[in-house]
Amino acid sequence: MAENATPDRLVSQGPSEDDVVAALDSLDARPETNLIGALQEVQDRFGYLPSPALEAMSERSGIPLSRIYGVVTFYAQFYTEPRGRHTILCCRGTACHVKGAGRVLEAVERELGIEEGESTPDLMFYLETVACLGTCFLAPVIMIDNEYFGMLTPQKVAAILQNFRAERQ
Amino acid sequence: MKEATKTRSTGEQVSVTIDGREVTVPAGTSVLDAALSAGIDIPHLCYLPELGLPATGSCRLCLVEVEGEKGPVASCVHPIAPGMVVRTDSDELREYRRTVIDLLLSDHPHDCLTCEQAGACDLQKYAYLLNVKDSEYRGESVWPDPVQDGPAITYDKSKCILCGRCVEVCQNVQVTGAIDFMSRGFEARVGLPPAMPREESVCVECGNCIDVCPTGALAYVGAQGAGRQWELDRVTTVCPYCGCGCLLEISTRDGSIVDIKGAPGAGPTRGLLCVKGRFGFDFIGHEERLTQPLIRRDGELAPATWDEALDFIASRLSAIKEKHGADAIGGLASAKCTNEENYLMQKFVRAVIGTNNIDHCARLCHASTVAGLARAFGSGAMTNSVDDLAEADVMFVIGSNTTECHPVIGAAIKRAVMSGRTRLIVADPRAIELTEVAELHLRHKPGTDVALINALAHVILEEGLADEEFIRERTEGFEEFRKAVAANTAAFAEKITGVPAEAIAEAARLHASAPAASIIYSMGITQHTTGTDNVFALANLAMLTGNIGKPGAGVNPLRGHNNVQGACDMGALPDVYPGYQKVVVEAARSKFEQAWGVSLPASPGLTVVEMMHAAAEGELKALYIMGENPMLSDPDVNQVEEALKKLEFLAVQDIFLTETAQLADVVLPAAAFAEKDGAFTNTERRVQRVRQALDPPGEARSDWSIICDLAARMGYEMSYAGPAVIQDEIAGVTPIYGGITYARLDVESLQWPCPDRDHPGTSILHREKFTRGLGKFHPVEFIPAKELPDEEYPLLLSTGRILEHFHTGTMSRHSEVLDKLVSVGAIEISPADAERLGIEDGKHVTVTSRRGHIEIAARVTDRVAPGVVFLAFHFKEAPANRLTIAALDPVAKIPEFKVCAVKIAPAAAQ
Ligand code: SF4
Ligand code: SF4
Ligand code: SF4
Ligand code: FES
Ligand code: FES
Repeated sequence: MAENATPDRLVSQGPSEDDVVAALDSLDARPETNLIGALQEVQDRFGYLPSPALEAMSERSGIPLSRIYGVVTFYAQFYTEPRGRHTILCCRGTACHVKGAGRVLEAVERELGIEEGESTPDLMFYLETVACLGTCFLAPVIMIDNEYFGMLTPQKVAAILQNFRAERQ
Repeated sequence: MKEATKTRSTGEQVSVTIDGREVTVPAGTSVLDAALSAGIDIPHLCYLPELGLPATGSCRLCLVEVEGEKGPVASCVHPIAPGMVVRTDSDELREYRRTVIDLLLSDHPHDCLTCEQAGACDLQKYAYLLNVKDSEYRGESVWPDPVQDGPAITYDKSKCILCGRCVEVCQNVQVTGAIDFMSRGFEARVGLPPAMPREESVCVECGNCIDVCPTGALAYVGAQGAGRQWELDRVTTVCPYCGCGCLLEISTRDGSIVDIKGAPGAGPTRGLLCVKGRFGFDFIGHEERLTQPLIRRDGELAPATWDEALDFIASRLSAIKEKHGADAIGGLASAKCTNEENYLMQKFVRAVIGTNNIDHCARLCHASTVAGLARAFGSGAMTNSVDDLAEADVMFVIGSNTTECHPVIGAAIKRAVMSGRTRLIVADPRAIELTEVAELHLRHKPGTDVALINALAHVILEEGLADEEFIRERTEGFEEFRKAVAANTAAFAEKITGVPAEAIAEAARLHASAPAASIIYSMGITQHTTGTDNVFALANLAMLTGNIGKPGAGVNPLRGHNNVQGACDMGALPDVYPGYQKVVVEAARSKFEQAWGVSLPASPGLTVVEMMHAAAEGELKALYIMGENPMLSDPDVNQVEEALKKLEFLAVQDIFLTETAQLADVVLPAAAFAEKDGAFTNTERRVQRVRQALDPPGEARSDWSIICDLAARMGYEMSYAGPAVIQDEIAGVTPIYGGITYARLDVESLQWPCPDRDHPGTSILHREKFTRGLGKFHPVEFIPAKELPDEEYPLLLSTGRILEHFHTGTMSRHSEVLDKLVSVGAIEISPADAERLGIEDGKHVTVTSRRGHIEIAARVTDRVAPGVVFLAFHFKEAPANRLTIAALDPVAKIPEFKVCAVKIAPAAAQ
């Protein structure tokens, strides 16, 4: 586990009741008329859709919780598990594979202390792999949110991630 | 069963041609409905009109060709238009339909060999009809295991065709909204919110989703492996639990019940059921059922033959009558038994024993309704019908936790509100499910109903909102009433009830301005020392606003038991013969003397609670109880126990050795509802046929035949070939049941009054005039409850019921599913009180009143207001009625179950 990760508590606890109330109070979209918009706002705030927030939204709006979850689980854009705010996409396409994508992925995993499909405990990063990022000339490549990082080595990976985190703290 | 189908249309009729036939239907009808109405069947999977499910057009099986349309259209969602020409069958359509079924089968395990639904499955049916053998599209499928969560329901995703019927029924008919579609693509399924256990979800386990599922995807756990569809015997009968009177379709195999389903489209609730009716049947085959008569010998109840037991009862009753007179004997009839049994029971007590000491537990729930409405209107029953509730513009629900106590009517109320037609006012001391959808929640203190209702009347009068024409033409006593409410202003009521005067005024305006306003109430109104006053106040309110005798209006008491209405109708009451003919009226008496060939006592007998007092005092010497359990149901059970022990002779016939039966000298094993024929009358006065599905266990016998044998042994011939003949006798002496015969009940249900054989029954009472002529206002004034909190007993205890259980638990506690859902009671207490008293959620507390104490877990919840605690009375481990007070309403003699004073403390550390 990375040394700067915050304790597990952060993930397991989820938002406090006050956080939820504040989030729902400040919604621009009304769930009754624009459920998707409201869900997006909540997700923007917490990085995912915490169940207490959805339950409170159901209670306030009178929309059955099942209906809300129906929408949430229908769209790939919504997450119900805490999830890192920044998504790392590690390419494991053919070009990258040939140029050592495997070691790059390992380096990311080692640096962050998580495996693919997981988030760091401080919810900074979420790690996924993809088939090809379409920038094979940069192989091996990773992408953090909308930014590409190419021609990587395991050493470069550690530096990039540490920088990225430092810039945002 | 025949049901009048009601379409709320503009009345405009449209003609179309379907398969060359001209069909005329109301404008707005869908092509599919039009075809079905003409007897033309179009294959359909997702549409299910019987339960009122809206069409969603999701399965695409119902495709038809409409001239002028480019391609085929889904007939369930395609409205007809004048002159439309429709073809429902062609080679092309068959090919389309085959493709639809083929696609569904492509990802479906061909599991028909072991599937419960085989034989009743719509997918199987259409595959067969359309000759689809195997799928052309079959791919690699990974089928997850079925999921069972909770004691009753399983979901097998692999068999789910995503037709959406379950979602529709749950969201829009049952209006619980527990399930919806989840995920998409290959992952798509229906379900609760992911990762949420059923018991934590809002699901009420009604199982209506199982009934509508066309495949075996949603199923009842208990039916698995118990029999395939064609091996089952099916009988349609009436639910033995609450007064809604839902029809049940019982499936049996080899003498035991496999499952219970709703009868689609039939009965007062159109095939919907609640958790009790659907899953609460294990008690019938329970190993603790009584199977042979028992006689107390040397202090112990020991097996005996029927002859011994009946001879013994006959001789004891005769001896006591000889020595102490007939009035030293009393009888309790039963709201659980059939009309015929109640009729014979009261006849036995009156004609054979010779006393009017006959009563039953209606005394404990709606005696004040019978007394109050009979005086005000002339008929002590629900004025309107369940079906008619949807016509109300405003519903005023007071003292009824409808969604738990009358669940299917509760769903109907929610449906009406959700449809946007009906606006809902709820007056209840607790926050209940209905208050969530209500426009106004008047949270009054228990026992202050008169002050609240009078204040509504006051505002209506003050603001000139009364229906003066109705008052002038159809009522009497208005002036006295006006004077009586003059001082009961909203401000006065605010002080008494705790409801803000402004909210009262708002409710009054809403209620009075509705074209049709319905009043719905239950035990929260009746179980008070002022129960009859409360009922009067509601009757006044209805007359004041002209809301009697028309659709969507009326005063609608919801009766607790399956047949409490019938038991009252049959004269299982100390002051009236069948059909509410008064024993003190000479003409009525001589009519029955003639019919029964005996002379009858002229003065009314004792009520339930009075009988217990008389027994305690040694005046009542013997009691004959049919199917009741006063040891849990009556107020202040410590005193009841004392009274019953003091009796010289106690005989009980029941299906279990209840707490009461354990005290008896003789116990007779009776048949349960599914083991006999007869009729029940539901809360809306609807008489429905009860049919035998099983044989009684061991030597158990139906209650009516037991009474006949006993009467004969006491020298009075009672011989009937069966319930049909008893009903004929009832019809002969009971004008409101005059036209009811088994021949009619076999094909329809009838709402009384039904005076003759051509009469269709009466869905709305008091249409042109009141049963008593003019409606009578009864001025009532607020009187506080008998025992209010004080320093020593600072909390107000209210008692009631919960969804999963019923009455004293004799049936529901012996049903596995129900007992698994909720197996212990809990006392509800507000967070504020809990904190003050150091009480934690889930921890045990001792609850003490002046009469006794119990130990029970606490449930800390804001469903109850500070100062109030609530307890259900189903649990023998913690009998609520050890605490309650036997204070009586002076008119109806109903006890005040809803208010007494208690104190609570954390239980001594265990
Ligand atoms: S059991 Fe009733 S409440 Fe539960 S999911 Fe099924 S229909 Fe909905
Ligand atoms: S579970 Fe049954 S009713 Fe529900 S969508 Fe699936 S097939 Fe239809
Ligand atoms: S208990 Fe009442 S609501 Fe439930 S199924 Fe029976 S009659 Fe219907
Ligand atoms: S293979 Fe990695 S970017 Fe194309
Ligand atoms: S029945 Fe019409 S689309 Fe399913």
